[in-house]
Amino acid sequence: MAVSAAEELSDPLIWPEEGVARVPYRVFFDEDIYALEHEKIFRGPIWNFLCLEIDIPNHGDYKTTFIGEIPVIVTRDEDGAVYAMVNRCAHKGALVCLKEHGNDKMLTCIYHSWTYDMQGKLRGVAFRNGSRGKGGMPEDFNPEQHRLEPIRVEIFCGMVFGTFSEKTPPFETYLGPRMSGFVKRSMGRPVKHLGMHSQIMHHNWKLYAENLRDSYHATLLHTFYTTFKINRLDMDGGILMSDDGMHHISYAKRDTLKEDGEYAASGVHSAQYDSHLNAPEFMDMFPEIDDGITHAIQTIFPTLCVQLTLNSLAVRFFVPRGVDKTELFWFYLGGEDDTEEETQMRTMQSNLTGSAGFVSLEDGCINEFVQRGTTGSLDKESFLEMGGRDVANSEGSRATETAIRGFWKGYRELMGV
Amino acid sequence: MSAVESTETTKDVMSEVADPSLRVLIENFLVDYAHMIDDGRVEEWPNYFTPDAFYQITNRDNYEAGHPIGIMQCKTQGMMKDRVKAIFEANVFEPHVYCHLLGRSRLREEKPGRYHARTNFQVVRTMQNGGQDIIATGKYIDVIACDGSAPKLQDRRVVLDSRRIDILIVYPL
Repeated sequence: MAVSAAEELSDPLIWPEEGVARVPYRVFFDEDIYALEHEKIFRGPIWNFLCLEIDIPNHGDYKTTFIGEIPVIVTRDEDGAVYAMVNRCAHKGALVCLKEHGNDKMLTCIYHSWTYDMQGKLRGVAFRNGSRGKGGMPEDFNPEQHRLEPIRVEIFCGMVFGTFSEKTPPFETYLGPRMSGFVKRSMGRPVKHLGMHSQIMHHNWKLYAENLRDSYHATLLHTFYTTFKINRLDMDGGILMSDDGMHHISYAKRDTLKEDGEYAASGVHSAQYDSHLNAPEFMDMFPEIDDGITHAIQTIFPTLCVQLTLNSLAVRFFVPRGVDKTELFWFYLGGEDDTEEETQMRTMQSNLTGSAGFVSLEDGCINEFVQRGTTGSLDKESFLEMGGRDVANSEGSRATETAIRGFWKGYRELMGV
Repeated sequence: MSAVESTETTKDVMSEVADPSLRVLIENFLVDYAHMIDDGRVEEWPNYFTPDAFYQITNRDNYEAGHPIGIMQCKTQGMMKDRVKAIFEANVFEPHVYCHLLGRSRLREEKPGRYHARTNFQVVRTMQNGGQDIIATGKYIDVIACDGSAPKLQDRRVVLDSRRIDILIVYPL
């Protein structure tokens, strides 16, 4: 019989009876819950983003990444297929790959020279037969029982995903047709890297997962967005979710803006900005996808986001670095056959996002303010009733926290809390 | 891009800045830039550039791979003015100040009136609660226009050694 996670914690987590409209603050700073997430979520029946296929284009290429805090190697073997495995030697547990990327025929742990092929199978053990007839491994040592821990891989729209669980359904089933169709919209084409950086944020990883799904805050905290009419709650737009609520899409159509007196009447911070730009050309865009959507944020549970704002295409991937630290990677992409002008426009639009982004800059610190605000409040909880208390699509309005509730619905099911 | 490429590929054929007074003028200009930001006069920042100047904060990986997107990029002085305006009117962040520590600038002359400089730097950020961290280490790769009296940056690449930013970057470096 499965034991629920609540019972596995020495101090059981009792979720508030209001359900996903409440989140106990404890989940953001409890070390035991953080450890359990690695077992139930990151090693659970979900797909974790690993890397982009263009990171490992050639036979013998490898790249290191993380699932939760677990170090991972992704390779492309001589057979052209992509493999993934835990970056942990089967001998004493040292990292096998030290470089973040490279190309090799074999992977060798530098500690005692145990050597693995690019699929993670053990191919060589130094001094296996000892030296001068003495020492060495026991007679019954079987290399087949000592390989790098394998991770099942699927590739979708140029993105490599991995799972530890045999129970994880095929990737498109995991996402559902609506979500996978929207990934194809953004990423279903050959892409190339235009630049990358990361930022360390001083808060629990789930606060960024919430933040990405928080369409309520997007136009209030982020003044720049609102004033320059890229994304406001009074534009046509909405929230779509997968049936299980775990993944979501937030979209807006810039050309449909209807001025909503609510912004001016309430005097919200984001309506006060004088919208005159000295150099509006940094927002120049070219027509790319013919559906009227000019701003789209899509999350894939647990730690991935695909962004297409104007023409700024980016994959955001966040990695927990302890219970109160998160590293957010920004991979900016362009179409493989973009013209120089198109690359220029994507480059200038990139000023909107990233760790110095006109729009996203605040997200670097806002979740830290939640972390600092909630620490020590063991029996207190957040209140998430904007747009109702349930998990349902919200076509036509983004003044809702429905997608955040969807995240917690999935989280609770996986964690058994 | 061309300005940097010329810095990297032609530095062997560029000449020394022979005139000591010109060298001091440019060196002082580069120090003044850092003090302007450290002293909270960021509204003066665009004045340090020519109208068509290029400014970028990027990192070593992007710079060496030739990737166009860094962390902040302005292709005109107008975009720099928009950055300043956003800092004061749009963006929300905890109060903090920078302290730039500059290494000695290596100057070279491409032709009369056009100079190249590389300056290593570190930036310490002090938050309102007293917390201090080195948030940036790297090099400025500059092209400077100077007719003999008032130097201006034509191109400044701020190349950070680390790909990882702590929390956020609000003020230019």
